[in-house]
Amino acid sequence: MGYTLNFNLIWRHFDKLWGGLLLSLELAVISIAIGILIGLLLAVWYVSAGRAVRTVIAAYVEFIRNVPLILLVYLVFYGLPTVVDIAYSAQTSFIATLSLYSGAYLVEVFRSGLEAVPRGQLDAGKAIGLTPWQRLVHVRLPTMLRITLPALSNTFLSLFKDTSVASVISVPELTYGAQWINFNTFRIVEVYLVVTAMYLLTGYALLFALRLVERRFRAAH
Amino acid sequence: MPIAPPATPALLDVSEVSKSFGSVAVLRSVSLQVTRGEVVTVIGPSGSGKTTLLRCVNFLESYDSGSIRIDGREVGFRETGTRQRRSERDLAKMRAETGMVFQSFNLFPHLTAAGNIMLGLRKVRGKSSTEARAIAEHWLGRVGLAHKADSLPAELSGGQQQRVGIARAVAMEPKILLLDEITSALDPELVGEVLEVVRSLAEDGMTMVMVTHEMAFARDASSRIIFMADGGVSAAGPPAEILGAEIENERLRSFLARFRASHF
Repeated sequence: MGYTLNFNLIWRHFDKLWGGLLLSLELAVISIAIGILIGLLLAVWYVSAGRAVRTVIAAYVEFIRNVPLILLVYLVFYGLPTVVDIAYSAQTSFIATLSLYSGAYLVEVFRSGLEAVPRGQLDAGKAIGLTPWQRLVHVRLPTMLRITLPALSNTFLSLFKDTSVASVISVPELTYGAQWINFNTFRIVEVYLVVTAMYLLTGYALLFALRLVERRFRAAH
Repeated sequence: MPIAPPATPALLDVSEVSKSFGSVAVLRSVSLQVTRGEVVTVIGPSGSGKTTLLRCVNFLESYDSGSIRIDGREVGFRETGTRQRRSERDLAKMRAETGMVFQSFNLFPHLTAAGNIMLGLRKVRGKSSTEARAIAEHWLGRVGLAHKADSLPAELSGGQQQRVGIARAVAMEPKILLLDEITSALDPELVGEVLEVVRSLAEDGMTMVMVTHEMAFARDASSRIIFMADGGVSAAGPPAEILGAEIENERLRSFLARFRASHF
């Protein structure tokens, strides 16, 4: 066991990791933004729609929740373009997949949030003469967001970690950067130590920031 | 000889309203007229349909038959004789004509006291933010909470929250104010401050229908008391008559006896 740790080669290629981290964050932010949109639209649709629509939305949620993310990534990147005549970059493909993925989880989060808004608040909105749309925008959504904020930040944190799956289709995010350095320097222990620390520190920083936001909102609850 | 119009047409005209939840009849052909400026109190044992009746008046609940008119206009259904439910948009407009204060306050938790009052003024009445703020401050002053305009509901006591609830309702200048057991969720020492506000609104001539268990207040503040039992109006009359010494109505008598036994 004469292995001595040598981080020099890691620092020499650190731009691969730093650039990878930024891309990971970018993938997570874009995906959750689209996922929130999907989740909100479908959740609002779900609680106001009939059985047919509910079944379709539930099927989407169940499909995503029961298929491993890595398989979804393969399906969208390799599978879809062979069946349908479309072309997209690995990065676009991954963002689409992760958006659909987070969207499915967020439908559930938002749906239960919408259903948790006390009926009395909705009655109060009706009583002052708000239209259904105004009740949704000014009464139901603000309260729902406060209720779901912790779940929303948890989803974002796991999404940030899930971006590592993009390495399997060669999107140059953080884990891919690590693999690249590993292949080119064989410094496997060093590179994964550094990358683990980077995920950990970024995750903690995000958690801290999100909890601050939550606390600000909770004061209003 | 021409037929004279009624001297004081009813502002609220509930006519033979019935409603069932499944097989349970909660309202049985209830009729009730309230004229402008009247304060009508509805009393009765729990489950007698008081709250449901109130919630039908602003169509938070629909009803199966009969009609409810405010200022001559049918509240929940189109006036085509087909009992077609009004569109949500029309319902919203109709509801803006009535104000409601709830047992559990139901303030919007994300808005300040002033914000709660301003929401309807801005979105329903179309007031500018400055106008709405001025009206909100006026009404907060009226309920003794001028200094709490920027407090969130969570920072207010129950009595204060309920006074904001009242301010939110009256700031919309409703034709009629519905009060649904507004002191029932309050600690006893906070009841007085809320009833004081209601009393001052009554003195201003606000038309009110209130469901309450505060018998002393009902006796002092209302022009008429309705006693409901089993979904129907069992007795109605001026307070002295309903809460007086000689009551012929057997159910009313036993209700009051039970009420006194549990409150003294």
